[in-house]
Amino acid sequence: MHPALSVIFFTVVSGAGFGLYSLTAILQLFRLGPAMDRSELLSALITAFVLIVAGLISSTGHLANPKNAWRSFMRVKTSWLSREAVLAVIFFPFALLYLLGVYLYGAHVPVFFGLMGVIAIVLGFMTVFATGMIYACLKTMRQWNTPLVPANYLLMGLTLGALFHLAIEAYYGANLQFIIGVAGTALVMTGVMKGIYYFWIAKTSGPSINTATTFTRATVRLLDVGHTAGTFLTEEFGYRVEPGRLKLLKTAVFALGFILPLILIVVAGAADGGAFALTVFAVLSSLAGKGVERWLFFAEARHVVNLYHGAQHT
Amino acid sequence: MRLGLVIDLDTCVGCHACAVACKQWNTSGTTGPLTDYRPYGADPSGVWFNRIRHYEVGDYPNSKTINFPMSCMHCEDADCVTVCPTGASYKRKEDGVVLVDQTKCMGCNYCSWACPYGARELDRESGTMKKCTLCIDRIYDETLAEIDRQPACVITCPAHARFFGDFDDPDSEVSRLVRERDGMQLMPELGYNPTNRYLPPRINTPIPTEDVRRDSLVGKVKEWVNKAVAR
Ligand code: SF4
Ligand code: SF4
Repeated sequence: MHPALSVIFFTVVSGAGFGLYSLTAILQLFRLGPAMDRSELLSALITAFVLIVAGLISSTGHLANPKNAWRSFMRVKTSWLSREAVLAVIFFPFALLYLLGVYLYGAHVPVFFGLMGVIAIVLGFMTVFATGMIYACLKTMRQWNTPLVPANYLLMGLTLGALFHLAIEAYYGANLQFIIGVAGTALVMTGVMKGIYYFWIAKTSGPSINTATTFTRATVRLLDVGHTAGTFLTEEFGYRVEPGRLKLLKTAVFALGFILPLILIVVAGAADGGAFALTVFAVLSSLAGKGVERWLFFAEARHVVNLYHGAQHT
Repeated sequence: MRLGLVIDLDTCVGCHACAVACKQWNTSGTTGPLTDYRPYGADPSGVWFNRIRHYEVGDYPNSKTINFPMSCMHCEDADCVTVCPTGASYKRKEDGVVLVDQTKCMGCNYCSWACPYGARELDRESGTMKKCTLCIDRIYDETLAEIDRQPACVITCPAHARFFGDFDDPDSEVSRLVRERDGMQLMPELGYNPTNRYLPPRINTPIPTEDVRRDSLVGKVKEWVNKAVAR
C-alpha cells in the first residue's frame, strides 16, 4: 500500500491525543497515582485536545474531494470510517464538559462533570478502536485483517498518551514513580504486541495467483499487465519496500519507539534533575518510532490486486 | 434480477477491444469522463473500467496463454459498498448493479481498498471514484433496439467471448453457460460472491500432426519461387 503521510500523521497524533485524554481522566476520576492539581490537569487535557484536533484536520488531507467530507457521517450502520468520524465528533461535547468541570473545580469535579469524563473516556477508546477497525475489516489485505490491528492502535495510543502525561507531570515537578510505572508497562506491552504482529505477518497465507485466476491446478505466470504506464492500481497498491530496508526500519521501530523511551524514562525517574528534558526526548523518540511503525503498517500491507499484477502470494 | 457478465476464457483473444469500447462509451456516460492523464506524454495513464491482463498457465510445452479481462464483478456481498462512509457507493436492489454516486463521493479511496478485483479507480481530476456501471445508461435505454441494450464490451467483442444477462433467471444464456461449462468465480475464498463468472478453457483433444502429408517436390519449388518473387 502506498503510505499517505496525512493518514500516518492523523493516526499517530490523534491516537496519542485520545490516549492522553483518557489516561488523564482515568487517573483523576479514579484517584490513581499522586493527586494532580488544576493546572496539571488542564495542561494535560488541553494538550490532548490540540493533538486530537491536529490529527483530525490532517485526516482530511488525503481526500480527493474534501468538499463532500461532511457526508462521511452517513453510513454508521456499515462503515467503520463513518463510525470513527461520528465517534470522534461526539467525543467532543463530553470531553469539553469534563474539561469545563476541571477548569471550574480543579481536581475535585462534581459528579455530573465526572460522569461526562467517564463517557469521554469510553468514546475516546471507541474512536481509536474504530480507527483500527477501518483497516482490520478489510479482507483484501491479510496483514490488516486481524484483531491485532485494533489492539495495536489502542495500545499505541495509550503508550504515547502515557509518555505525554509523564512529560507534563515532569514539567510540574510532580512525583513521577507511578506514571513511569504506567508508561513503562504500556511500552513493554505495546512492544511485545508489535513483535507478535511482525511475527504473524511474516508467513504467507491467503489468496494466491491461482485462486485469483481460478487456475488452481497449474502454475500461473503473468505475461503482460496490459498497460504501458502506471495506473491508479499500481500507484495505490503496488508499493514495495526492499527487504533490507524493511529490517532496518523495523529495528528503528523498536529502538526509537520502545527501547530508547523506556531507558529515558527509567533514567528520568532515577535522576535528580533534568527529568523534564528526558521525558520530552522520550516522547519525541517514541513519536518518531511510531511514525515509522505506521509507515511500515501501510508499506507492508499487500493488497490482493497485486496477484493480478504478477505476485504469486499476498 | 441479478445482472452480470460471463467471460469465456477459451475464446478471449486478448485484443482489448472491450476495454476500448468501454472507454469510448462510458467517457460520455453517467460517470464519465474517464479522464486521461498525459495522453500524448511518455507515460500516458488514465481511468479504465475494464482491463485485460495476460497469463501463462502451466509449464512449457504444456502451457497456454490466457487473456483475462476484468471489470467490476457486481458482487453479491460487496464490501466496497459496506465500507463507503458517504453512501456514494451503492448496490441497486432491483438488478444488483453496483454504482458510485458522483455527487456524494469524497474520494477517500476506501472502497478501492476493499475491492479485491481492482475494479475501482480514482479519477484524479474530479476527485471521485469511478467504476464499471455495466453500461447502466445503455441496457435500459428503450430508444435502442433490443439487441443493442447490452454493455458496450459485450457488443463489441469480436471473439464473442462476453455474455450479458440475468443470473437469477435459470433459462438465461448466462445461467446456461455457467451451468454447462462450470463458470467460476475469482477468489471465492474472500466471500464477495462476485456475480460475473469466468468459463475455463475447454479441454480439447490434441490434433494429431504425424500423418500430415509432406510437401511434394513441385510444391517446394513453387514455394521457393513465390518467396523469391515476393522479395
Ligand atoms: S468487483 Fe469490486 S467494485 Fe465491483 S462490486 Fe465487487 S468489490 Fe465492489
Ligand atoms: S472513495 Fe467515494 S465511493 Fe469510495 S468509499 Fe470513499 S466516498 Fe465512498
